[in-house]
Amino acid sequence: MDLSLLTRRSDTEWWIEPRPPMRVPGIIYASEGLVKEMDAKVYEQVANVAALPGIERASYAMPDAHWGYGFPIGGVAAFDADRGGVVSAGGVGFDISCGVRLLHTGLTATQFEPLAKRAADELSRSVPAGVGSVGRVHLDAAEMDAMLAGGARWAVERGYGDEADLERIEERGCMSGAKADEVSDHAKKRQRDEMGTLGSGNHYLEVQRVVQVFDPKVAAAFRLRENDIVVSIHCGSRGLGHQIGTEFLKRMAVAASQYGIDLPDRELACAPIDSPLGQSYLGAMRAAINCALANRQIITHLVRRAFASLAPEAGLTLLYDVSHNTCKVESHQLDGRLKQLFVHRKGATRAFGPGHPDLPPVFASIGQPVLIGGTMGTASYVLVGERGGLERSFGSSCHGAGRSMSRHAAVRQWRGREVVDDLARRGILVRSPSSRGVAEEAPGAYKDVTAVVDAAERAGLSRKVARLEPLVCIKG
Amino acid sequence: MTSSVVSNTWEHFAHGADIGVRGVGPSRAAAFEQAALALTAVITDAKSVRPETPVAIACDAPDDGLLLVDWLNALVYEMATRHMLFSAFVVSIEGSRLEATAWGEPVDRVRHEPAVEIKGATYTALRVERGADGAWLAQCVVDV
Repeated sequence: MDLSLLTRRSDTEWWIEPRPPMRVPGIIYASEGLVKEMDAKVYEQVANVAALPGIERASYAMPDAHWGYGFPIGGVAAFDADRGGVVSAGGVGFDISCGVRLLHTGLTATQFEPLAKRAADELSRSVPAGVGSVGRVHLDAAEMDAMLAGGARWAVERGYGDEADLERIEERGCMSGAKADEVSDHAKKRQRDEMGTLGSGNHYLEVQRVVQVFDPKVAAAFRLRENDIVVSIHCGSRGLGHQIGTEFLKRMAVAASQYGIDLPDRELACAPIDSPLGQSYLGAMRAAINCALANRQIITHLVRRAFASLAPEAGLTLLYDVSHNTCKVESHQLDGRLKQLFVHRKGATRAFGPGHPDLPPVFASIGQPVLIGGTMGTASYVLVGERGGLERSFGSSCHGAGRSMSRHAAVRQWRGREVVDDLARRGILVRSPSSRGVAEEAPGAYKDVTAVVDAAERAGLSRKVARLEPLVCIKG
Repeated sequence: MTSSVVSNTWEHFAHGADIGVRGVGPSRAAAFEQAALALTAVITDAKSVRPETPVAIACDAPDDGLLLVDWLNALVYEMATRHMLFSAFVVSIEGSRLEATAWGEPVDRVRHEPAVEIKGATYTALRVERGADGAWLAQCVVDV
């Protein structure tokens, strides 16, 4: 991106000054190096979002921002329904409520090392992943609707996990306002064989080691110590969410002109929050959030069973589950008043700091964990929400490394077998059904996740707590 | 220039996080068929997919761009729900309506080694147009 297009407010805050038709400024949080690396489309997309009706304060981009669909990936924007604000299917994306959860295992690196190969094989067998995989949980019509209404709460009631898990999931594991009858039969049919499956692409199940603690006090509160073994699960709402995204993108794109919305980019497809179409999307999107939460809860159950067969002394407990493709109604201070806003986070994670009323009691005085996925060859991070984050970005932070190279280019540069062998030499076991899939996900195809989380910290969005490195990586 | 010299081809084009599919042919329908081949090629080598079982597809959209996206999304839906891959397509387009048959077979994870699942076709880089040489082009980015 050309820095001369931006106003530098600090070394991590860059403004796109508002000019018609923008209603608010664009604010990009990133280091100078990351901004320079960002593709030019990020500028265009941040500016386009800033022109949408009812947008409040600013159109934000996180340090890992890159070219998305309408919204940049790493985009955050909040809308006021009372001012004609919109909800955008493009602002949530095709993988509604894609997110990450982190589980403690109670094992140390020393205890896990002799189990690593068996763990890789057992986890790969236990968790269906990739095209052609079929989930082990099949829901009839009534149970499908119950799952869409209940989310992870439904899953726990059906025996997948514990009541204690729910406190450690955003929305306590159940998104209110979900409307199963706004979800099409096509979407439900597409989900029929996909409950408890991982998906593919950048989704993963990883066993990781805590290699470094940056904030000992918060790490202690999160029960993370160096050499602990943890498990991360990254996936979303599967076929149901993708189908909802597909269907509503078209409905909103076709209907935009009747709502008087001039779309500079069809991918920004949106509808007034208070319109029948807007309300229909919100009901379906919330159902998809529940589908993602239920899906990660079922996968957790499968992982717990796998570990029970490997290491009966292990006890997998949930640290937290965060989502990064959502639109949620939240209370925020605007001009001295508390307002209900519809906050879109597209490839961005909620990062509420200490004292936020929506935090579970265990995190109330500390701030919430923010889980940032890296690549299978580098690292992931646990961050914590910061005070002041609400004013800076409606309490949002980055979500991952972001790609630096297209899949097309990655396959030309790497062979999957070589990537797997190279990672094995470094002590990282990869299990994937596809050699080409591994090449597309090669660590070198991604940006530097450490640069991203460092920028997020300097910008005051979130603070580093611990760094995790992969030992086993299951891909689809 | 007559359209008879235009060949049927497909290719992928680069996009940051995902992948572009592009079909070229002597007619709009042919370009859509080629775009469908490009879609399969995101997942696997299309030559490895046996065109044994037909599936009928129909869709309707107010313009060519939306029709292309609908066509590709209909294929994504059929692949996901039937657990199939497709490698041969016959498309006919009349006005705003597309009718087609796609031929394929069930996914074989060993033989097809599917690289990635397609979430959906998007409106990004969406183009359906006829060039000066008479060739039709149909392309968009698909979210993986």
